[in-house]
Amino acid sequence: MKAPVFDYRAPRSLAEATAILRDAGPDGRVLAGGQSLMPMMNMRIVAPGVLVDINRIEELARLDADGGTLRVGALVRHVDILHSPLVKAGWPLMSEATAYVAHPAIRNRGTTCGSVAHNDPAAEHPSVLLTLGGSVVIASAEGRREVKAEDFLQGLMTTALEPGEMIVELRYPPVRPGTGWAFVEFSRRLGDFALGGAAALLTLRGGVCEEARLTLVGMGEGPVRVTAAEALLAGQRIDEGTAPELFEAAVQLARRAVDPTDDVHAGAGYRRHLAGVMARRALARALLRSGRTHHA
Amino acid sequence: MPEQQTITLTVNGRVHTKDVATRTSLADFLRDQLHLTGTHLGCEHGVCGACTVTVDGRSARACLMLAVQADGREVVTIEGLKDPAGVWHPVQKAFFENFAIQCGFCTPGFFATAIELLGQNPDPTEAEIREYLSGNICRCSGYQAIVEAVRAAAAAMQDHQRG
Ligand SMILES: Cc1cc2nc3c(=O)[nH]c(=O)nc-3n(C[C@H](O)[C@H](O)[C@H](O)COP(=O)(O)OP(=O)(O)OC[C@H]3O[C@@H](n4cnc5c(N)ncnc54)[C@H](O)[C@@H]3O)c2cc1C
Ligand code: FES
Ligand code: FES
Repeated sequence: MKAPVFDYRAPRSLAEATAILRDAGPDGRVLAGGQSLMPMMNMRIVAPGVLVDINRIEELARLDADGGTLRVGALVRHVDILHSPLVKAGWPLMSEATAYVAHPAIRNRGTTCGSVAHNDPAAEHPSVLLTLGGSVVIASAEGRREVKAEDFLQGLMTTALEPGEMIVELRYPPVRPGTGWAFVEFSRRLGDFALGGAAALLTLRGGVCEEARLTLVGMGEGPVRVTAAEALLAGQRIDEGTAPELFEAAVQLARRAVDPTDDVHAGAGYRRHLAGVMARRALARALLRSGRTHHA
Repeated sequence: MPEQQTITLTVNGRVHTKDVATRTSLADFLRDQLHLTGTHLGCEHGVCGACTVTVDGRSARACLMLAVQADGREVVTIEGLKDPAGVWHPVQKAFFENFAIQCGFCTPGFFATAIELLGQNPDPTEAEIREYLSGNICRCSGYQAIVEAVRAAAAAMQDHQRG
């Protein structure tokens, strides 16, 4: 099918874009990579009145680190993240997750900010932002505000974005030295949306877990942080001897933390089982990588 | 004129200036206004890969780009793969020789994707080829011949470079 008629605008500056968005109100929509929006328009699931194409706003293509914080501008594409030595060195969880996002042609155009704005429950980037404790910088004609990931991601394809607002960048704080990381995912075909996945971070000092993060992907209305498992692991000595029992307890908590539904791709029972499998794999891989230092 | 615009772009080395409806996809523009029907449309939502073309040197789904977004850009379609002397691109030749084309519907998209892969990685392993081509669907060939064709193209291109 073909997209319905819309008023197309291609501003050259952020100020121009936010002015158009202000005037358009709820009828306005940002077009970034178009890799989720264009399919929805072609299928006529959405029909925006005013399409604000941000692809010509060069200031949004910035990918850099500012005082240890990674900044990912609204025009940074999945492929840019995948090939960035900066991201790989300081935020390897993000590099690892991006390899699971779609296929090359889609990664060439799709943006990380667009993924977070879209907030598909099976998407990798919202879960990575949440796991890394990142935030979203939002601009409107009135000014800017910064919203933490957990407040921005509000449920099934729902976010804190209000009419007239757009994301300008994502921010990821530095990852502490000694933190092991892992992103794992299962899908039928490489590059497809996840049937299930997990992101884990384990910060170990002297063999003792100072902090743990565990997030599940594709299990409900959005990424699910398994805070009970994080609390269970924090303060524990994690080594080859203790890991099997600790991780088994975390797996049980992961399965309890999710409330998946049946769909054409998989049943709820299968998904709940997968939540545990993914959690165990992510934790095990993160443990292997912990203790190694990496800097922003 | 927000619903209609004039665009100027280069397609297969030729500059075109055309009026387009802003909602027209790049794929429909190429097919209907430039009559380059080698770009095929399977799904129109990014899943099948048949419409994949090259925009400013990177593969892109022509069904998920608006023609107006290609204003000022350089597009290469399957019609532009032959060299000026009319000689097939090594990837085209390898697909032909390895029986990697049956109905040919998926072929233009596979070419764009395979050419991008070989540009980045001149000697890919079978696993790397399968991974890179994972976003292109073929309903006929069973993929094995396609993977073999890409390996053959890689070898031919490397031989050519060595002289
Ligand atoms: C075949 C296929 C497979 C895919 N597989 C995956 C996958 O495995 N994992 C995955 O995560 N994604 C997948 N995607 C989606 C892809 O990652 C998209 O790139 C991403 O979801 C959206 O980014 P975009 O830049 O393309 O956004 P767009 O499609 O341009 O926009 C998506 C939505 O976000 C809004 N938006 C975008 N940018 C902003 C902004 N800066 N401010 C405010 N709102 C904004 C738009 O208004 C729209 O509502 C797939 C897509 C396809 C077609
Ligand atoms: S027609 Fe574009 S991907 Fe299927
Ligand atoms: S050759 Fe027929 S779809 Fe691939």
